[in-house]
Amino acid sequence: MTQLPQSTDRKMGLVIDLDTCVGCHACVISCKGWNTENYGAPLSDQDAYGADPSGTFLNRVHSYEVQPAEGHAQLIHFPKSCLHCEDAPCVTVCPTGASYKRVEDGIVLVNESDCIGCGLCAWSCPYGARELDQAEGVMKKCTLCVDRIYNENLPEVDRVPSCVRTCPAGARHFGDLGDPDSDVSKLVAERDGMDLMPEMGTKPVNKYLPPRPKDQIEDQIDILAPLLAPVAEEPGGFIGWLDKTLEKF
Amino acid sequence: MNQPTIDTSPKVSDEIRKTTCYMCACRCGINVHMKDGKVAYIEGNRDHPVNKGVLCAKGSAGIMQVNAPSRLRKPLRRVGPRGSGEFREIEWDEAISTAVGWLNELHETAPQKLAFFTGRDQSQSFTSFWAQNFGTPNYAAHGGFCSVNMAAGGIYTMGGAFWEFGQPDWDHTKLFMLFGVAEDHDSNPIKMGLGKIKARGARVIGVNPIRSGYNAIADDWVGITPGTDGLFILSLIHVLMKAGKIDLDYLSRYTNAPVLVNAAEGPEKGLFLRDGDGKPLVIDRKTGEPTAFDKPGVRPDLSATYDKDGVTHRPVFHLMAEKYLNDDHAPEAVAERCGIPASRIRAIAAEIARVAFDEAIELDQEWTDFRGETHSKMIGRPVSFHAMRGISAHANGFQTCRALHVLQILLGTVEVPGGFRFKPPYPKPVEAHPTPHGDRRPGRPLEGPHLGFPRGPEDLLLDENGNAQRIDKAFTWENPMSAHGLMHMVISNAAAGDPYKINTLFMYMANMSWNSSMNTKGVMEMLTARNEDGKYVIPNIIYSDAYSSEMVAYADLILPDTTYLERHDCISLLDRPICEADAAADAIRWPVIEPDRDVRGFQSVLIELANRMNLPGFTNEDGSPKWKDYADYIVTHQRKPGIGPLAGFRGENGDKEGRGEVNPDQLNRYIENGGFYVAHIPEGADYYKPWNAAYQDWAVSMGIYDSPQPYLFQLYSEPMRKFQLAAEGHGDQQPPEYLRQRVKDTMDPLPIWYETDQQGNEGYTINALTQRPMAMYHSWGTQNAWLRQLHGRNPLYVPTKLMREHGLQDGDWAKVSSPHGEITVPVMEMAALNKNTVWTWNAIGKRKGAWALQEDAPEATKGFLLNHLIHELLPPKSDGMRWANSDPVTGQAAWFDLKVRIEKAAPPTDAESQPEFPPVKSPVGTGPKDLVWKVGK
Amino acid sequence: MHPAPSVIVFTTLSGLGFGLLFFLGLGLPEVTGWVAFVIYAIAYALSVGGLMASTFHLGRPERAWNALTQWKSSWLSREGWCAVIALIIMGLYAIGAIFFGQRWGVLGLLGALFSLATVFTTSMIYTQLRTIPRWNMALTPVMFLSFGLAGGAVLAGQAGLAIPLLAIAASVQILYWWRGDSALERSGTNLGTATGLGQRGSVRAFEPPHTGTNYLLREFVHVVGRKHVAKLRVISFALAFFVPVALLLLPFSHFFGLLAVLSHLAGVAVSRWLFFAQAEHVVGLYYGKR
Ligand SMILES: Nc1nc2c(c(=O)[nH]1)N[C@H]1C(S)=C(S)[C@@H](COP(=O)(O)OP(=O)(O)OC[C@H]3O[C@@H](n4cnc5c(=O)[nH]c(N)nc54)[C@H](O)[C@@H]3O)O[C@H]1N2
Ligand SMILES: Nc1nc2c(c(=O)[nH]1)N[C@H]1C(S)=C(S)[C@@H](COP(=O)(O)OP(=O)(O)OC[C@H]3O[C@@H](n4cnc5c(=O)[nH]c(N)nc54)[C@H](O)[C@@H]3O)O[C@H]1N2
Ligand code: SF4
Ligand code: SF4
Ligand code: SF4
Ligand code: SF4
Ligand code: SF4
Ligand SMILES: [Mo]
Repeated sequence: MTQLPQSTDRKMGLVIDLDTCVGCHACVISCKGWNTENYGAPLSDQDAYGADPSGTFLNRVHSYEVQPAEGHAQLIHFPKSCLHCEDAPCVTVCPTGASYKRVEDGIVLVNESDCIGCGLCAWSCPYGARELDQAEGVMKKCTLCVDRIYNENLPEVDRVPSCVRTCPAGARHFGDLGDPDSDVSKLVAERDGMDLMPEMGTKPVNKYLPPRPKDQIEDQIDILAPLLAPVAEEPGGFIGWLDKTLEKF
Repeated sequence: MNQPTIDTSPKVSDEIRKTTCYMCACRCGINVHMKDGKVAYIEGNRDHPVNKGVLCAKGSAGIMQVNAPSRLRKPLRRVGPRGSGEFREIEWDEAISTAVGWLNELHETAPQKLAFFTGRDQSQSFTSFWAQNFGTPNYAAHGGFCSVNMAAGGIYTMGGAFWEFGQPDWDHTKLFMLFGVAEDHDSNPIKMGLGKIKARGARVIGVNPIRSGYNAIADDWVGITPGTDGLFILSLIHVLMKAGKIDLDYLSRYTNAPVLVNAAEGPEKGLFLRDGDGKPLVIDRKTGEPTAFDKPGVRPDLSATYDKDGVTHRPVFHLMAEKYLNDDHAPEAVAERCGIPASRIRAIAAEIARVAFDEAIELDQEWTDFRGETHSKMIGRPVSFHAMRGISAHANGFQTCRALHVLQILLGTVEVPGGFRFKPPYPKPVEAHPTPHGDRRPGRPLEGPHLGFPRGPEDLLLDENGNAQRIDKAFTWENPMSAHGLMHMVISNAAAGDPYKINTLFMYMANMSWNSSMNTKGVMEMLTARNEDGKYVIPNIIYSDAYSSEMVAYADLILPDTTYLERHDCISLLDRPICEADAAADAIRWPVIEPDRDVRGFQSVLIELANRMNLPGFTNEDGSPKWKDYADYIVTHQRKPGIGPLAGFRGENGDKEGRGEVNPDQLNRYIENGGFYVAHIPEGADYYKPWNAAYQDWAVSMGIYDSPQPYLFQLYSEPMRKFQLAAEGHGDQQPPEYLRQRVKDTMDPLPIWYETDQQGNEGYTINALTQRPMAMYHSWGTQNAWLRQLHGRNPLYVPTKLMREHGLQDGDWAKVSSPHGEITVPVMEMAALNKNTVWTWNAIGKRKGAWALQEDAPEATKGFLLNHLIHELLPPKSDGMRWANSDPVTGQAAWFDLKVRIEKAAPPTDAESQPEFPPVKSPVGTGPKDLVWKVGK
Repeated sequence: MHPAPSVIVFTTLSGLGFGLLFFLGLGLPEVTGWVAFVIYAIAYALSVGGLMASTFHLGRPERAWNALTQWKSSWLSREGWCAVIALIIMGLYAIGAIFFGQRWGVLGLLGALFSLATVFTTSMIYTQLRTIPRWNMALTPVMFLSFGLAGGAVLAGQAGLAIPLLAIAASVQILYWWRGDSALERSGTNLGTATGLGQRGSVRAFEPPHTGTNYLLREFVHVVGRKHVAKLRVISFALAFFVPVALLLLPFSHFFGLLAVLSHLAGVAVSRWLFFAQAEHVVGLYYGKR
């Protein structure tokens, strides 16, 4: 089953707003919490209280500095999890069929009981979205919270990924990117949502909304300057202006 | 295709228990999912007023906090020398009787010899009640080293501040300006608010030397020179006033801008003209007569002066025009010092003016003000501000905070739609707050609360010889308005026996031998200093912590606390509640799991101590104890008849809010309700709160006020003027000579900016700051197996220019020195940073042996504290005197005034950050190697 | 990429082993009886040993057989099949040679083809990865095949074939290094495309998502110093090609033959170490590393 489906009924995925993400890591830990307790093996940690702690995470938040040709450097927080690619190389390389892309919603999953932990899928993923759990020896990846989004034991509002539900800034959006009328698709259209490494040909479903232009305020001074025309040059004149203005009330 | 069938509807948990997070002080509501009686997953509570379902990293990681191997297990009695970490486990009986043995005698003979200070305590109304009944004047929580400038600056100016006191009107604001905030207490609400603003595409301006976190998403970043915000803000005021872009109607109605000030030289100069009832007078434009500010129908004049008995009285607004229109405040005059081009200052001022006035909003909502006038609409000026420690943790922070409030008030953006809004119990003017109390009466309670807001020199806590009554010297001429005490001075004053020696230091929830102290090494020495007779200078130290922190090693007796999921807590309207701008709200914590260790909730332990000492206030007339534990206290204690710690579900049937008889079932009702209670402010009462009759009446009904308290915003602070007058030689309470000039200079009743004391800083030209990481709470986060992977060590971030100048590359080491000390630490380049500022994350560095970590944990080997470079005292003056490194008004610790020098250094031989300290012995051992944490099957 | 010993051992040994089987299948040399037994034992030790080593890096080696299921899409699966088929066919072929003194030519030819196919499929596991531009080149299978053939020829004692094949492999190696060094650049992938922020200015990785390490960094990020690379390339080249050729040019002796084999083996192992250690996975870009 490591062949990719010809097409999927829906393209469920995330839209991440780089203009809004404050880099708080809430999504990272919420994801760790949910996925440790739910689908598949727990996300383990090695040397948890020691010199070299490391563990399995399905979502991580990077940060980058961008130095424009002119003006101040900018800092951009950058969450990254599986992008549930349409042409997911991680699926086709998998020798066991453990990795597959679901026909109904396009979610890329690992069937842990088949996985041999060869790591090849992680090698093939350009985005670093897969991590081999050191305790369980199987490949872990973002499940798009497949055990939440249809879960009838959860109230309907909560049938969204854990990371989306928790994001305090509302920088993460979830929906069907295959449906041009969905909120997420509209957001992508409005804000010029982009693909990561389009040249890899993976056709990611997840999209990123680029940061809005920054540090523009001084350029607007021409429009703004009239607002600052002095009412008086001297304190005395100011009191005169005050009297006149108060009369109008 | 045949794809595996998976269960997309697995059972999530057996049960959800709703309580309040305490991975930080934001106090979000959480749903604790339980499986087999164990905590399985924690998510935000959607119904909760604070977080509305979202949860930060720390909150979600709570599960790793309640299973942390660092949790203390049993009371401990020190056996090795202080600081060694050698303890023996004892029974609670022994712990309590030991404490009572030390304390009871002090209570009966010299209560001031107990210093009880409580860190980031969320039960201050209770702990202060305990201390008051013990009779010691020496009580405070951590506000003095945290953000008293912000709190006091706001309360003295407008009856509330940013922070927990209020919030921007996130739903309406169109321009949001953020000063000096990395994270703040309102962690989730600020992020939610920013998210809302961003979704609308409204503008965010971040003023911060460092462009990370919130400032990274700001549309415009102002990388200001640290310590110069006051200058920048006053310049904005200059430009806006000059352009007439101020809200004159608002100023005349709701502020003391029209209040008449005595202009004649003499003991009355600068004081308000008042009527027989003590009410400040304004000139009524209709009659031209001086009239009480609150008389129905009065239209205060901002411009008219008034002569009486040959003395001219001028409205506050005249004084402001004189001061702020001065060219000293022109953008061109401040640009260089602030590191902001004058054109940018003007552009920002213009944008503020545009949004405030051209994009004003109107809500069709009638309301009636305190003068009886009914307004058909609510006019909003959708510019809002928020600020925190970046402006307050400087020695000019009080005045800077005042300046920012004055800016908002001039724009008419406070308590209007789109502006800044108070959260109940705020607004609350200074007059509604107590004054400080510091009497000592053996065996009897203090006459009133320890902390308060001095109205003038008469409220200082000085004895007949002019000496400080409190161990931290709060409310003295050194820092007259130290409304939160000075926790950072307690240990050094106690060690120096200045103003007097104490017997027992009792601390709760404050890691004073490490990240919460300045001069960390010095504090460790003070805590272990001995007299000639070999006894410790501070004879007894009692400490309550829930975890094996650095401070544990320095105490003689440890009272191990529960974790936040194992105890009752009360987040009360009497204290620092969880209110929103349109609702009063409070919350509880309750034991959603039972402790698996021999630990007890600290508040219950305090009750037991009080009962054993028969402390007044805790004891019935017949000598029996009033409360058996904290839960009992929360439900049955009444501050005033009908008013207790919790406002919800009062009365016999639980149907009363705010005021009502005790309801024995109250805690259960809270639990059923999700652990909190919300009382919504009626529509029409939710803006203009300080002046809105409907709000005032509602607040009285809720028990927030005893009677309506309408008041004017204090652009001009008369209490400050009173201290200044004293310094000018008037009155019988006089500052000591060495402080006279400073009091004169800094107690200006109108906000000013001054350069902080730079003596001794010659050659140290680089600003050094810390920021809170969003995913770590001070030192607590490190014991958390998930969070410590995110921030396991902290480099010093150095701007590109300084990296080049010093030949540094990522991973190199640098020696960083201040007049006080030096550290050697790894560096990392950052471009989006003020070019003359270095910084690091706060409180990542750890002492070896603490927190149940292995001794080679990166926190202990690579991580470091900047605190080693910061001293609680400034370098000696010419007369050898060392002044406190604090704000001269409030005593706020001036963490961010630090100036350093950096140079490239060879990596230390053991590649560990310097200074290093010997390990402490862990009373709880170390954590397990690997973690596979799944409680369900 | 992390130069995991198991993978280096696997590709090195199995490459040689299947190379040898290839020649044996073609009847070069034609051996029977004890001699056949010994030489087949060597061939199987190398190829099976290599395959076994490859399971060491599996998280769940006990499920290794699952890997055979996805031959339609997965090169790793195909490799498994080819290897199994090659080993079975060549096993039968060997039985014929050892016990019956027979050379079942068609079987040998088939076995040789599958042996070569095994080397090819192994190489395709790496070649297919667009995430590792240094591997994602047509030269990768060429290199694996030329190495397998050259090594096989050396092992098979086919000096006449071995010398030209070594020369070919040596040139492929040089070409491979040369092209490989600019592969990442040529791929067009950089931090700008990785983050989508490249249009805005120059992008620099600031704080990593965690201060410690993780699976991705351990697996994909391995930086070898330039000086070391140059040195190792010389060593590898000398051992894999120069020394064997020199030894083979000398008058034939079993001892020199053995030395040639060992030298070649060591050289290929170093080359494989470099193959992994130098390979830049684009995920490193996200961490500001390559
Ligand atoms: N360089 C630098 N230093 C600073 C600051 C800075 O900005 N820069 N900021 C300062 C400020 S504002 C503050 S508020 C301080 C904070 O400093 P601290 O108040 O010392 O904060 P924590 O490190 O959180 O330590 C509190 C202690 O409470 C313990 N604790 C946690 N939970 C519980 C509990 O449930 N019960 C009990 N009994 N104990 C518990 C923890 O284990 C810890 O030992 O740091 C100050 N220090
Ligand atoms: N996650 C998390 N949340 C916390 C805490 C925590 O430890 N972790 N601690 C809690 C506590 S006790 C407190 S007091 C609050 C404090 O919350 P914040 O006020 O956000 O405190 P800091 O992180 O110290 O951030 C101070 C900010 O001010 C900036 N700054 C420094 N000097 C200047 C200046 O002169 N001008 C300007 N404009 N900016 C300046 C710094 O760059 C930094 O961004 O956070 C609370 N919330
Ligand atoms: S939770 Fe939201 S704001 Fe925080 S790091 Fe994740 S995406 Fe960014
Ligand atoms: S992001 Fe990586 S793991 Fe996810 S589908 Fe794409 S290639 Fe596969
Ligand atoms: S690690 Fe598991 S999922 Fe990934 S390719 Fe190997 S078998 Fe497939
Ligand atoms: S969708 Fe679920 S699994 Fe994926 S990153 Fe978010 S929380 Fe983690
Ligand atoms: S901000 Fe985070 S840690 Fe603080 S109370 Fe809320 S969820 Fe808990
Ligand atoms: Mo604080």
